[in-house]
Amino acid sequence: MRKVVKKQVLLQGNEACVEGALMAGCRFYAGYPITPATEIMEIMAEKMPETGGVFIQMEDEIASLGAVIGASLAGMKSMTATSGPGFSLMQEHIGFAGMAEVPCVIVDVMRAGPSTGLPTQLSQGDVMQARWGTHGDHPIIVLAPSSVYEFFELTVQAFNLSERYRTPVILLVDEVVAHMREGVILPAKNSLEIEERPHPTVPPEWYIPYADPGTGVPPMPAFGDGYRYHVTGLYHDVRGYPTVRTDEVEPLIHRLFTKISKDFDRLQWFDAFETEDARVTVIAYGCVARAAHRAVRQAREKGLKVGLIKLKILWPFMRRTISGILANSQKVLVPELNVGQISREVKRVNESRCEVVTLNKVDGTPIKPAEILQKLGEIYS
Amino acid sequence: MRQTEHLVHKYLRSSKRFPHIWCAGCGIGIFMQALIRVIDQNEYSKDDIVLISGIGCSGRLPVYVDFNTLHTTHGRALTFATGIKLANPRLKVITVMGDGDAVAIGGNHFIHAARRNVEIASFVLNNSVYGMTGGQSSPTTPYGVITASAPYGNLEPDFDICRLAEAAGAVFVARATVYHTQLLDRLIDKALKKKGAAVVEVVSQCTTYAGHFLKLKSPVDMMKWQKNNSVTVEKAKQQSEAELEGKIVIGVLVDRERPSYHEQYQSLLAEKSKI
Ligand SMILES: Cc1ncc(C[n+]2csc(CCOP(=O)(O)OP(=O)(O)O)c2C)c(N)n1
Ligand code: SF4
Ligand SMILES: [Mg+2]
Repeated sequence: MRKVVKKQVLLQGNEACVEGALMAGCRFYAGYPITPATEIMEIMAEKMPETGGVFIQMEDEIASLGAVIGASLAGMKSMTATSGPGFSLMQEHIGFAGMAEVPCVIVDVMRAGPSTGLPTQLSQGDVMQARWGTHGDHPIIVLAPSSVYEFFELTVQAFNLSERYRTPVILLVDEVVAHMREGVILPAKNSLEIEERPHPTVPPEWYIPYADPGTGVPPMPAFGDGYRYHVTGLYHDVRGYPTVRTDEVEPLIHRLFTKISKDFDRLQWFDAFETEDARVTVIAYGCVARAAHRAVRQAREKGLKVGLIKLKILWPFMRRTISGILANSQKVLVPELNVGQISREVKRVNESRCEVVTLNKVDGTPIKPAEILQKLGEIYS
Repeated sequence: MRQTEHLVHKYLRSSKRFPHIWCAGCGIGIFMQALIRVIDQNEYSKDDIVLISGIGCSGRLPVYVDFNTLHTTHGRALTFATGIKLANPRLKVITVMGDGDAVAIGGNHFIHAARRNVEIASFVLNNSVYGMTGGQSSPTTPYGVITASAPYGNLEPDFDICRLAEAAGAVFVARATVYHTQLLDRLIDKALKKKGAAVVEVVSQCTTYAGHFLKLKSPVDMMKWQKNNSVTVEKAKQQSEAELEGKIVIGVLVDRERPSYHEQYQSLLAEKSKI
């Protein structure tokens, strides 16, 4: 149970993100200005020195994530925040952090793209980039809040997951959630579970940096702790040294995937509304889930048996949860502010069980409850 | 010789599979030995040293030595170095970069690391070529020569790494060659002790790829060329620009004082920190 000590405060989404980061123990922020994410940077510039942490404005987003990874290797929980164009630049180092297993948190407040796009209007266009933006096969964890409080909560969880699995974690946020203000009650600091990366328990002579301790996540010392080891973005053996041996390459990539996939059951984060008897289920995330929530309530008032699954985690895709929905509904509706990125995944796991209907908007404006309601009316039978 | 053997056992990683990847006669190993020698002379704790590289033949250096080592991405070693130094100012942070690494793809990071003046000792192994990818032109390839990517001759002028570092604000800038090992040791020593951004350009030979376009057949020829073409900073002061054309000016070029970024950040912390 959450112990409430503070009274309600009015926070902007980006402000709530900073509160979450501070509560999670973030002590290093490096970034480059870009709307609609800049508030996170500006608040961090003020707060980091107050908390004994480090803030630095870097020369670009590649440098920002490089500095974040460096600070994390030196033992600090670290993060950066950006929007589409900067997120594109960060892809190289997202891959590095994944390969070298360096915990870090990256916030992408999406704006309509491609390129400079529609600065800085609403979009959910980076869902696939967050999944596959960096080259090569790799796992990734991507969280998507749909309210100010959730932005706070999922920022804490982003740090927890990145520490637990030693992996980059991306918070994919839309402009509405980043900029709107809501009253929230922040939990007391010690009421939240804060996770730390596993540390080695053996003396340095016995430490083998990339050996699997059984959990898939090797313990990680900080540079300067006395455990001298090698970190590289090359495929490496258990000591961290570059290798091209197939019997070393394959186990590494396998472990990088399975350290997360073994916990897929723990990573089904969603909220369900009125889904038990739903004939049509809406699957949505971010600000679209808010519109969908209202549309579902209105449809219920009219007697339609419809429900909503609000996704809080986009990647790894919640196959188990979504399969359950697809098995129990006649139709699903996937409204999104892109040409159909999560709906592709829904169709992929659907295996023709039910009809998947999409509702897409890519003009920089929100999907309104009335539009979802109308669509529900059209497809309901 | 005995001294060297001893250093090899003390600083090279016994758990690393050798041989190393460098070609016979390459200059990178000479620099590696000099770096180890100076670190040993200064009795720095291995635990406090973080050695960071980018990508290229030079980028492979850290894996062989027993420090905290980090092999980053092409051109971006300084960004990681900045994060590490600010997160733990107690650490001695050293970067090793290639010429393409430091001033082509990493040029922007190079400029801003110098401007910011974070205490990082940087060594740019300038072999005038992209070694690792097979001999293409780099920003320090001489004008007119034929390279793998300039089959009709290089149309771009070459770039003075030290002048860039100076203009961008580095507080210590120097140049040596791998032929002048005693000077190299002295410059490494000064760079490691400098409180701020220090840059040493280390002119090195890529015998495999740069040798042919410089019309120098063997590693020995290349090192003789370094010897015969170098002019000390002191002598250079007495020479005209025409006389210095094509020469390598070696020695300390800039040594000045300016508050480093992390010193300033520490004062900010002392003032603002509420913990
Ligand atoms: C982003 C990116 N672009 C290109 C490459 C390919 N690449 C690897 S090393 C290298 C050039 C290396 O030249 P230099 O920095 O001078 O180092 P050297 O090998 O000469 O020591 C290039 C272009 C890469 N690894 N990453
Ligand atoms: S290619 Fe050139 S720079 Fe690379 S190891 Fe060989 S000689 Fe050295
Ligand atoms: Mg080179």
